Amino acid sequence: MSDHNVKMTLDCSGLMCPMPVVKTKMAMKKIEIGEILEMISTDPGSMPDMDAWARQTGHELVESNDEGESIYRFFIKKTH
Amino acid sequence: MSESRPKLALIASQGTLDWAYPPFILASGAAAMDWDVAIFFTFYGLPLLKKEIKAGVSPLGNPAMPMKMPFGSKGFQNFNWPIPNLVSSNIPGFESMATSLMKKTFKNKGVATVQELRDMCVELEVKLIGCQMTMDVFGFSKDDFIEEAEIGGAATFLSYAADANVSLFV
Repeated sequence: MSDHNVKMTLDCSGLMCPMPVVKTKMAMKKIEIGEILEMISTDPGSMPDMDAWARQTGHELVESNDEGESIYRFFIKKTH
Repeated sequence: MSESRPKLALIASQGTLDWAYPPFILASGAAAMDWDVAIFFTFYGLPLLKKEIKAGVSPLGNPAMPMKMPFGSKGFQNFNWPIPNLVSSNIPGFESMATSLMKKTFKNKGVATVQELRDMCVELEVKLIGCQMTMDVFGFSKDDFIEEAEIGGAATFLSYAADANVSLFV
């Protein structure tokens, strides 16, 4: 478990593609540059999708964890 | 980022529930990645711009469509009911049943409704363009559509798609 200075937590449990990335995008509007968003998902597809999302948007995926039992946790730093 | 945003141009030509998903999923996903996105709704895809989406699904002519039950044990839900077209096409109300089974199964799995995905597209500023010619042919007016819809023709879509990185016909 990582100890990030999380500004906001977004729970996307139970949501399927493309909602985790869509909701993440919307949540990024609510934090400032340099702050960290924590996103929790139960969609296994969100592991590769969040990787791709970060590459495309340029935000920094600081950490992504497969915590088992279909729980995935992401820490994203807003870069712009 | 904004100077070099990738661009996605989609044509949505089908209005059934199963075919309504791909354009809205791709459009909202791309918009979430800061892409510039437009969907051109033409022919049977045009009713997806109506204020209330009434898309259904037909097993007829859809031989690969799995018939799943949205209730019961996991094994029961995962079972693919082998219902031949000859049978399904002759049972009155079969299409509305198939539609409600698909909607229920999607909901159980956490898939957003087509309406919700369209709302996301609107919020993420996806351009939604209705085909003028189809409106004339099928008798739609702009008032039938959500207010975010724009109206245009082939040239409108093509001028958008001319420098798109990804163009798809759905």
